[in-house]
Amino acid sequence: MSERRTLLKRNLLNFWRTFRRNRMGRIGAVLLFTVLILSIGAPLLTPYQPTDTIRDANGRGMTFASPSEHGPLGTDDAGRDVWTQLLYGARISLTIGFVAGFMAMVIGSLLGILAGYFGGWIDSLLMRTTDVFLVIPDLPLMLILVATLRQLNTGFSPTVVLIVVIGVLYWTSTARLIRSQVLSIKERQFVARARAIGAGHSHIIRKHIIPQVMPLMVANTVLIISSAILTESGLSFLGLGDPTQPSWGTMLNFAFARSAVSNGAWWFFLPPGLAIVWVTLGCVLLGNVLEEIFNPRLTSHHLEGEQHMIARPDSPPLAEGIEGGA
Amino acid sequence: MSADMPLLSVRHLSTDFISADGTVAHALEDVSFDAYPGQTLGLVGESGCGKTTTMISLMRLLPAAGRITSGEVLFDGVDLLSISERQMRKYRWKEMAMVFQSAMNALNPVRTVGDQIAEAILLHDLMDRAAADQRVIGLLDLVGIAKSRKDQYPHQYSGGMRQRAMIAMALACQPRLLFADEPTTALDVMIQAQILELLRDIQQTMGLAIILVTHDLGVVAEICDSVVVMYGGKVAEYGSIDVVYNSPQHPYTQRLLEAFPDLNRPADVLASIPGYPPRLNALPPGCRFEPRCHMRIDVCAKATPKLIDVTPLDGRPPTADSGQRSTIHVAACHLCTGPEVKA
Repeated sequence: MSERRTLLKRNLLNFWRTFRRNRMGRIGAVLLFTVLILSIGAPLLTPYQPTDTIRDANGRGMTFASPSEHGPLGTDDAGRDVWTQLLYGARISLTIGFVAGFMAMVIGSLLGILAGYFGGWIDSLLMRTTDVFLVIPDLPLMLILVATLRQLNTGFSPTVVLIVVIGVLYWTSTARLIRSQVLSIKERQFVARARAIGAGHSHIIRKHIIPQVMPLMVANTVLIISSAILTESGLSFLGLGDPTQPSWGTMLNFAFARSAVSNGAWWFFLPPGLAIVWVTLGCVLLGNVLEEIFNPRLTSHHLEGEQHMIARPDSPPLAEGIEGGA
Repeated sequence: MSADMPLLSVRHLSTDFISADGTVAHALEDVSFDAYPGQTLGLVGESGCGKTTTMISLMRLLPAAGRITSGEVLFDGVDLLSISERQMRKYRWKEMAMVFQSAMNALNPVRTVGDQIAEAILLHDLMDRAAADQRVIGLLDLVGIAKSRKDQYPHQYSGGMRQRAMIAMALACQPRLLFADEPTTALDVMIQAQILELLRDIQQTMGLAIILVTHDLGVVAEICDSVVVMYGGKVAEYGSIDVVYNSPQHPYTQRLLEAFPDLNRPADVLASIPGYPPRLNALPPGCRFEPRCHMRIDVCAKATPKLIDVTPLDGRPPTADSGQRSTIHVAACHLCTGPEVKA
């Protein structure tokens, strides 16, 4: 047992070493983690609630107060603190992004693996379904779905509706990607060996296919999260978000609807816009690096590790030349 | 089980491959041989003669396009071709295991070697995780790999180590029959000798039957007890190693042996057999070797030769199934004379 633990520790250490060497990955992680911490620690970072109206000394609501007049980021048209809305909005945006992204990943990977592994009519059925979803333009379909679901009074909050709609529509690219990878993996000889040891389909998929597509799945998920956040912002900007739980997109919607631009209230629309860019950029940078790290063939080589013969992790490019031939 | 009883009896095995456009390639036709416990059987022939197809047919691991059309594969009395896939899975690795040709490709690059050796043990529920780990260490020790290497990945192994790890993997469930598909092809001569030595040691201690697929006649001479020479998906000659090597009856075997350089005789020009093995979807009408044969006669182009018992007459009755495996010798050639093999 202890051997396994030291192995895990070594793997984590290796992960950290590779990760630390990669500047882009560092930047991405920092971008994402600052937002995570800010959103989790929101109650500690602001004394207000997002719905509180800020009043001046005379008890009048402060509308469109500039950052110099109030707080770090001023107030909106209803006198609510923008900084507070930004912090609490991050919770909504990130939740929708992560849950919807995860959902899309699970659906897409499952369908991709089934289609790629079994082939034949299963593949045709699943991939033609995927084609149908790919052909329909995402945004109009989502608009219609969200609007319809809200009209139906299903009892779910608009946030849940957004999550489900994004999650259920965003799996197509993942499914195609995973399928193509599985198609190539299942022809590899270690899958033939797995069959030769008497393994069934579920064993082969769990022990041989999934570990191979995992890097792709993880990296793809992070990228999907970023587009889920973007889509959520887009839909919320068009007024399909939950007005009682404003996300960044909803904030932009408010700013647009209540003529923040013509009032010169840049502090109302710039922060949520930049926040969206911030998180999306973080996801993309991190996603690219994760793929590199989770793929053992790209990171460690032949003679590295404790039993190395000549190459050390910090030795000059000699080891990299060996990689190609290994 | 008595040592005189074959562990595996292959009788009249035929396999077809059906391509997408419907053309049929007869990859194997009427292949018969026996493998005995504690002995090594060599399967030799050029590329494309059906050696590997024979092996994967016996394991019932043919790709979707392949069909076993007829024959019997008796493993310890059970016909493997008539049992269900579920039952067959119990035979794989527990009874018959395999050393793959290319160890690097047969190992999953993202899982540790130890994990993959333990895989079959756990899959067949032979023991729990901790016991399996112990067994993996024992197996690695058996093939000469330090136990500190257990949790390393395949890319951290050298080529010879990978091949040895494959052998350890094949032995994980203590099979009674081991297929070795060109286990030494990608290795240099030193490592090749080590691997063969290892296989032989293991065979002696465990009483394994080994079926060795190779095109290296030197390897066959060194470690096999009997040999099947295959040509174009058929058995050209089959017999104990001594009789086949000392008095080859089939012209193909003769040419094959001539093409092998002799250390004791300097060879200026390496002998070779002109031409290629036949395409399996366009076989010659008569003997499959006829177009390349230096001894062909008229009948060769017209009729397929039958398997003839050419066992040297040393007092024993010359029948293929008499259990006299030390002297069995059959060949499929019109030039051979003797009783036709019936069984």
